[in-house]
Amino acid sequence: MNLFNFMRRASSAPVARERLQILLEYERRMVSKSDLVAVLRQEILAVISRHVAVDPDKVQVKIDRGSCVSLLEVDVEFPNSSAARA
Amino acid sequence: MGKVLVVTSGKGGVGKTTSTAALGAALAQGGQSTVVVDFDVGLRNLDLVMGAERRVVYDLINVTQGVIKLPQALIRDKRLENLFLLPASQTRDKDALTEDGVARVIAELREKFAWVICDSPAGIERGATLAMRNADAAIIVTNPEVSSVRDSDRIIGLLDSKTVKAEQGERIEKHLLIARYDAARAARGEMLSIEDVLEILSIPLLGIVPESQEVLRASNIGSPVTISSTASAPARAYQAAARRLCGEDIEMTIPSERKSLLGRLLGRRAA
Repeated sequence: MNLFNFMRRASSAPVARERLQILLEYERRMVSKSDLVAVLRQEILAVISRHVAVDPDKVQVKIDRGSCVSLLEVDVEFPNSSAARA
Repeated sequence: MGKVLVVTSGKGGVGKTTSTAALGAALAQGGQSTVVVDFDVGLRNLDLVMGAERRVVYDLINVTQGVIKLPQALIRDKRLENLFLLPASQTRDKDALTEDGVARVIAELREKFAWVICDSPAGIERGATLAMRNADAAIIVTNPEVSSVRDSDRIIGLLDSKTVKAEQGERIEKHLLIARYDAARAARGEMLSIEDVLEILSIPLLGIVPESQEVLRASNIGSPVTISSTASAPARAYQAAARRLCGEDIEMTIPSERKSLLGRLLGRRAA
């Protein structure tokens, strides 16, 4: 039992390494994703507002990252009265 | 035109200030004009580690605001004539630093010195982003410990997005400096190994500074470890790192303390 405890205590580095690898993979994805979504949202909003009056809160941009393909979802809602200025 | 380095880490207490002082002194000892710049407004400590705390009159904020000229704020090291310190303000608010002001001062320093080393405050707030903003290269100081490695990863992300180089679509040079490394504990599996840290952060290694009593002793007496104890293990690690920064190809080793048998028996450093 003592020997087992000793062995377990001694090899904490592999645990640290594995925890870090899992955490950082997740965090890197989150940071880059949130940046990309913010930039896309801003630029899409700018393009749309050149043609129709939109409420910025009614523009939703989402990214779902899958293993093979990712899905970009853009949801823009605007009232009929404001449409087609151009 | 000199090269601008930022010494950064995200996490506090990993050895940024110690490393700034030691690398600055090592580069100056190699005959290159060097200035170390403290960006830790309100919590300055580079002056203390360099042993110049009683000679501070003006600071970085005074220069960025144009109140005084740069040469008035530069403090020349008493031991090395080509080593200078630009201290941070201890009393002002960190918001007194502006992006334009910092850019102007760094540009002027770049004209005067071969090396401009910016000591970043901990964290990822304004002070830290201003310290890295104009850098050509970054030294990321990391301890082989989970929270330090995680914060370093975050800082690497900021270097790749918030610096002038990154915004211009260029790559900022990044170097990993592993500090407080204990080879014996790593060998026993008690501490992340060099390979572990390198694999996780995947940036090139600049040096490995072993855990050593000499570092505390150096800060106690107000001298960079590369001046106070040139033959000690941490000093040799910093000297090698400085030479690698200059482009020399030096084999990566982990310096260890040379202890005499008597020293070992007495459990203290051999004379």
